[in-house]
Amino acid sequence: MKETGQDPHAWYDGEAGPVVRPYAMTRGRTETDGQHRMDLIALVVPEPAAEDSGLDRSLSPEHLDIVERCVEAPQSIAELASGLDLPVGVIRVLVGDLVEDELVHVSRPVPPAELPDVNILREVINGLRAL
Amino acid sequence: MAFGRSSSSGRAGHTGPSGGSDAPAPRRPGAAAIPTGGEVRRIHPVTLKILVAGGFGVGKTTMVGAVSEIRPLRTEEMLTEAGRPVDDVHGVERKTTTTVAMDFGRITLRGDLVLYLFGTPGQDRFWFLWDELAQGALGAVVLADTRRLADSFAAVDYFERRRIPFTVAVNHFDGADRYPAETVRDALDLDPGVPLVMCDARDRESVKEVLVTVVEHAMTLAAGPREHAPT
Repeated sequence: MKETGQDPHAWYDGEAGPVVRPYAMTRGRTETDGQHRMDLIALVVPEPAAEDSGLDRSLSPEHLDIVERCVEAPQSIAELASGLDLPVGVIRVLVGDLVEDELVHVSRPVPPAELPDVNILREVINGLRAL
Repeated sequence: MAFGRSSSSGRAGHTGPSGGSDAPAPRRPGAAAIPTGGEVRRIHPVTLKILVAGGFGVGKTTMVGAVSEIRPLRTEEMLTEAGRPVDDVHGVERKTTTTVAMDFGRITLRGDLVLYLFGTPGQDRFWFLWDELAQGALGAVVLADTRRLADSFAAVDYFERRRIPFTVAVNHFDGADRYPAETVRDALDLDPGVPLVMCDARDRESVKEVLVTVVEHAMTLAAGPREHAPT
């Protein structure tokens, strides 16, 4: 994909594919620092600071999209990826930035290699039957 | 017709999750209401996932769609070939990337309990993605088509080895021969404890029953000491 030396008014349609490489939004980063890998069903929950209208100007539109969606209702990593049409890896990096900025936190789902406790399983069964 | 799975066909390298018995007790994320400045913040839902595995075209997406409250969504993971870690921008441009799509659905069981269903990518070369999907999964469905039973061998092997509670659900396709459950069970070389049910992946009630079977099986395993698969 060439982005330099072209007419700035070049016309693109959907067929051209994404005009920006997805990982350009993360400035090439493919991982976040420090944290454990966010599970696909980990929920991104807004912090009180996320509700402020004057959010940090350094945030990209994608960061803001994530914050906006999560303020509406906490969203899983998978839902954000699907809703914003971005790869899961990109979402993880962007959410990592927001965690660092203390705008959101990420709930930890049931730890790997452990089953949820029996009471929760029973609730799941009852819930499924009642659907 | 290759109608049978050899018990020794398991691949090396996929070992079950190690230990964990002395890990701290599971924490229910957000189970407690957190008071913040006088108001009580909403309790975060507990999220759980069940995987739906099986060969290409066996009806995984149909099954997810039959019970999901949202139209099955699709999420994509871009992978560099061989899953090599990429840590510098210069390398990125030269590597080929593959996009793997995963379908998923959501069932809100209660305000604070949400179940996600993930259809696993069908192609075998995305095994490492299964590892990620399988992390913390409550259980799995192996959806099988009796006309192409061999397509489900890989999934059965995988869940056996990872010791993830799974249920085999035979999707009845119109016009496909119906085999007695025992025949299918033998062909898949299932352990006696693994449930096998017949289902119609298009039918909501039928899929609900399959999911209940998965969770009940998970409960049985959680209650007793986990039986170790013979090696």
